[in-house]
Amino acid sequence: MRHTITILVENEFGVLTRIAGLFSARGYNIETLNVAPTLDETVSRLTLVTHGDEKIIEQIKKQLNKLIPVIKVEDISYAVHLERGMLMVKAIDAGDLREKAEQAGANIIDHEAGNYFIAEFAGTPEALDEFLASVDDEYVIESTRTGPVGMRRGSKGFVV
Amino acid sequence: MQMTGAEIFVECLKREGVEVIFGYPGGAVLPIYDAIFQQSHFKHILVRHEQAALHAANGYARVSGKCGVSLVTSGPGATNAITGLADSNADSIPNVCFTGQVPLALIGTDAFQEADIIGITRSATKHNFLVKDVKDLAMTIRQAFHIATTGRPGSVVVDIPKDLGFAKCEFEWPEEVNMRSYQPKTSGHSGQIKKAIKAMLKAKRPMLYSGGGIMNAVGSAALLKTLAHQLNAPVTNTLMGLGGIPFDDKHFVGMLGMHGTYEANMAVSHCDLLVSIGARFDDRVTGRLNAFAPDAKIIHIDVDPTSISKNVDADLPIVGDVGIVLQQMLEELSHQGGVPDVEALKLWWQQIDEWRAKDSLGFEQSTEGPIKPQTVIHKVHDITKGNAIVTTDVGQHQMWAAQHYGFREPHKFLTSGGLGTMGYGLPAAVGAAMAFPDEPIVVFTGDASIQMCIQELATAYQYRQKIVVVLLNNAYMGMVRQWQEMFHESRFSHSYFDSLPDFAKLAEAYGGVGITVDTLDELDKALEVAFGSQESFVFLDIAVAKEENVFPMVPAGAALNEMVLA
Repeated sequence: MRHTITILVENEFGVLTRIAGLFSARGYNIETLNVAPTLDETVSRLTLVTHGDEKIIEQIKKQLNKLIPVIKVEDISYAVHLERGMLMVKAIDAGDLREKAEQAGANIIDHEAGNYFIAEFAGTPEALDEFLASVDDEYVIESTRTGPVGMRRGSKGFVV
Repeated sequence: MQMTGAEIFVECLKREGVEVIFGYPGGAVLPIYDAIFQQSHFKHILVRHEQAALHAANGYARVSGKCGVSLVTSGPGATNAITGLADSNADSIPNVCFTGQVPLALIGTDAFQEADIIGITRSATKHNFLVKDVKDLAMTIRQAFHIATTGRPGSVVVDIPKDLGFAKCEFEWPEEVNMRSYQPKTSGHSGQIKKAIKAMLKAKRPMLYSGGGIMNAVGSAALLKTLAHQLNAPVTNTLMGLGGIPFDDKHFVGMLGMHGTYEANMAVSHCDLLVSIGARFDDRVTGRLNAFAPDAKIIHIDVDPTSISKNVDADLPIVGDVGIVLQQMLEELSHQGGVPDVEALKLWWQQIDEWRAKDSLGFEQSTEGPIKPQTVIHKVHDITKGNAIVTTDVGQHQMWAAQHYGFREPHKFLTSGGLGTMGYGLPAAVGAAMAFPDEPIVVFTGDASIQMCIQELATAYQYRQKIVVVLLNNAYMGMVRQWQEMFHESRFSHSYFDSLPDFAKLAEAYGGVGITVDTLDELDKALEVAFGSQESFVFLDIAVAKEENVFPMVPAGAALNEMVLA
């Protein structure tokens, strides 16, 4: 089953390698990983999406907690939570492709009429999949997307 | 007060209470070695290879209860240390290793003797640090010792660029270490402990299974014994846990697992409650997982949450230091005031005694035939009255030592359990001798293992350590040969040595006493010499039965109750 895990870590060099190394050494898989410093710049927040049965996810959480710079780990999959990712698509500016992208909710952040445009789209991982599927492959020059970031609903915060 | 990084290093070690470190100098650590030369707070023991520095620090840590400390140079010095780091980490031994690094400005330039030690040692340590500013050095050293010695202990690397040794700053000793991201749990959850005691009193066939956690929690062996006696429950030890309960205690049923006793493995297979105390259900212990302790409710006490329900699902997990948890359990036991099920336990012990009667460790020694390796172990036990500090390498001799020596106390059996490092024994003995120079220290080793760190005879001689090396020489990599015989139709692929050195002469060349032993008669005399008043190490090269196998044995992939007895 797919699990979304949020992690607070000390914002110091090498932390990301420790986390990635843990996953590769123990044979766990990372589907996506997002990391950035928080408002408290001594802390970084990660959102990690992985797959595994209950036993594996339990081990992943414990192993993450065992890493010295990891402050807090939470599997938010079971909580009512929100996830958003971002996608950028560079496509050939042909026909009504650009208008259709805008109608689907994308922002056009760069374009050269008749040549190309870059659309930015944010949403749930599923919405990103749908949007990408809606753009005809043969017009796509390149695309890039982030893994989701996520948090629980409600007034409680996941902080140090 | 302004101090150089090298002076700060010395000052911090002094304040951490370090008495001895093991190391090998080189370019990147010259400033630190210069400061060591000018101090008298701790001794430096010069090993002959960096791997040995780590094993010696490990041996020292295990017998002294203190943190092991080593110092090696950058590049090859540090890469040589990696086996020792992984070894200490696998066996949860506190071991801080300081590695030199090329000067800050050269990091990342493929400089002479540069290696990415933080990258290389990440998965071989509990944690590692690269110090980039001399102002951070004192706090980093403090944190390194804190991390190595608390929670589940392990190895920690502190990588120090050469120029930090010369750089100056104001020295400030951090009185406290408080890391928000590292707060190991020590006492067990009281609700869980209540439930555990209830289950223990209700059990009809209880079993205590203790491991290396008992060694790390100083004083916990006495608590384990009390608990076993109050519950009248049998106790089995892992390889790492031997000495956790005296070998001659009637509650002790021997080691369990691949080369455990019949009674221990049968009892685990038939118990209805298994209480794991500072052990981690290693594959060498459990045999085939789906047949491990099939009828038992499992209580698992461990300071490391990742060990719980990793291999075997725990019905009742208790995270905490085993010493504290055992104390809590004894208090709860007297509080609940219950008694174990006397009738059921009587039947349980009858059953165990029947299994015991098989005498699964029995062997026959003829007066004329070759010396059996087991005989040597028993004779060494007798002459040392079972009180020696015993180290081993890895293989058949290791298992025979574990099965036959008989340990009365914790911290007497030093062996590489998790990583299984050949070459561990001799340097570990060198380390142990620094803590207890006047105690008998025996290295049980094999003709293959001893050659992996044999250069440490020079260290033993330099410091006039009276270590006794007992080489059970069968001219094979015995355990490899045994597996090839049993599982590869006796195709002895590269497990035979036909160019072994004359070990006695080699020992003499290193400055010690070397004795070759071929007969039982010679053995007794040689042991008398070895454990008499010697001025240096003694090396006994004992020719033993070449094709003796270690039994009992649970073949890989088999269940504990499917063991082969002989």
